Amino acid sequence: MKKYLLKRLGMSLVTLWAVVTITFILMHSVPGNPFAQEGKMPKAVYDNLQAKYGLDKPYTEQYAIYLKNLLKGDFGDSMKSRVETVNDMIERGFPVSARLGLQALVIALCFGPALGALAALYQNKIPDYISMIIAIIGISVPSFIMGTILIQFLARNVGWLPIAGWGTWQHTLLPSFAMALMPMATMARLMRSSMLEVLGQDYIKTAKSKGITKPAVILKHAVRNAILPVISILGTTISNLIVGSFVIEKIFGIPGLGRFFVQSIYNRDYTLIMGTTIFYAAILIIMLLLVDIAYMLIDPRIKLTKEGR
Amino acid sequence: MKADSQFSKEMFQKATQEDRNAEKIRRPSIKYWPDVWRRLKQNKLAMTGLIIIVLMGIMSVIGIYINGFDYRQQDYSLINIHPNSIHWFGTDDLGRDLFTRTWFGARYSLLIGILAAAIDFLIGVLYGGIAGMATRKVDAIMMRIAEVIYSIPYMLIVILLSVVFSTQGSGTSLFVLILAMSLTGWVPMAILVRGQVLQLKESEYSLASESLGATKGWILLKHIIPNTLGPILVNVTLTIPRAIFAEATLSFLGLGIQPPKASLGSLANEGLAGLPVGNAYQVLIPALFISLIMFAFNVLGDGLRDALDPRLRK
Repeated sequence: MKKYLLKRLGMSLVTLWAVVTITFILMHSVPGNPFAQEGKMPKAVYDNLQAKYGLDKPYTEQYAIYLKNLLKGDFGDSMKSRVETVNDMIERGFPVSARLGLQALVIALCFGPALGALAALYQNKIPDYISMIIAIIGISVPSFIMGTILIQFLARNVGWLPIAGWGTWQHTLLPSFAMALMPMATMARLMRSSMLEVLGQDYIKTAKSKGITKPAVILKHAVRNAILPVISILGTTISNLIVGSFVIEKIFGIPGLGRFFVQSIYNRDYTLIMGTTIFYAAILIIMLLLVDIAYMLIDPRIKLTKEGR
Repeated sequence: MKADSQFSKEMFQKATQEDRNAEKIRRPSIKYWPDVWRRLKQNKLAMTGLIIIVLMGIMSVIGIYINGFDYRQQDYSLINIHPNSIHWFGTDDLGRDLFTRTWFGARYSLLIGILAAAIDFLIGVLYGGIAGMATRKVDAIMMRIAEVIYSIPYMLIVILLSVVFSTQGSGTSLFVLILAMSLTGWVPMAILVRGQVLQLKESEYSLASESLGATKGWILLKHIIPNTLGPILVNVTLTIPRAIFAEATLSFLGLGIQPPKASLGSLANEGLAGLPVGNAYQVLIPALFISLIMFAFNVLGDGLRDALDPRLRK
């Protein structure tokens, strides 16, 4: 178990390093220079700018400096914003995005597996059809379309909820629901098929024949085993939520990290692009690690005292 | 002799026609793929998906020629026309015919999905096949590399590449989009193929082929890959909507295809501006088609998986 965790941690660090290196190489192989947009400038100004961002040094040295700063948690200065560093922007944007993402994740986790389990328990009956229709809509309609439709009908036509912006909890409802729908649908489908498989297993029959009540059989034996595939896709889900946040924050005008990221691409703010990419990658890699640990804790077949895998 | 007395003459009668027929196999044996097709045909949802895909495919080829407008042709006297008998899907804010543009966009979206899936298929099958057939050590190294590549967030790389390879304002070319999506997209396919290879290379027919002197490459290509085509096909069917979705998201963010060219995602993005002023059709029509494509490929993939699953065989 310890050995596996250490190995897994090592892998995560290698991945993070690979992301940093790839991002660095990509950002330094962009044709042209990052200050081209500022118009013609005197050579002295240009040289000063180059020196400020360390672009006059050889690539290897820039790379070493960047890595060293990263280890200290310093993402450097933004190339476009005069007042904020990349760290400031992440500090400002991340809590907003994180709240949105967490709310979406909670919605998906509450309803997705429940819908799937319900569908499996009532296979080919009305609850099954209803939840599978929801699941198919959720998978077919991308979040940016769902967001647009929700704004149009729930906010603009009926006026129940604010159209866009950020501030009160009402502002978070529509965006988190729009983001949650696709992961929820994926989870529901996965849960349905794994639940159907589990319900046919011998240990369910054994549990039933021992005289355990039906809810206990379902919750303790069926759901606990059937939810494992759902847990294993949590990593992908979180990664999809991050991408979803770029789009949703754009539609709903939410001042989160996703919008900074997209903005930094429009503005060609290379340090901000690099910083946010690496930050996102780090978050995702940590999440994947946590999901793996959670999987081991939940899987009844893995005993924590035993030397795992 | 004593033994002879045990056999009487009645025991040796000529076999009648009826007895001969008993040995015959009554039904024709059903081959693997026709059987899969037969079971797929019974799945109404999957067949709906297949029909939608075929129709969309045909329309994306001929759709832009049907009502006589060009996808780039602007007409400032006819901006924001709601759907009518001349402009079936209406016009956009530059007076371009949206029926033609929608099918042009569908062509781009489908092309991206299919090409990305094809590249994922090629790289994934090769990489996974080689890893599966190689020695344990090589296999372990190859799979570690694949794992690292896979845990690099997919969309971040796509976005980064589209920044690097596109000059300001010109957007991302089709080639770069597909390249970026294939960069990490092949890994699930490789993992799937490797797993199958590890299993199938222990099979009797592989052993038979090997004992006849076949090389590893021959066994892989002639015996193992054809036998794992089912799961691969399911994977390909589910990769296509993923690529289409990724492209639509990128284009929606304004990072993908740029006007006057169009994909369904970029059309939805352009149409978004029409939403507050009562031109909801501009975003809803491309949105509907994206959803239809996603729906069709997803249900077809699911149907194929069920049809290929031997446990569900009746």
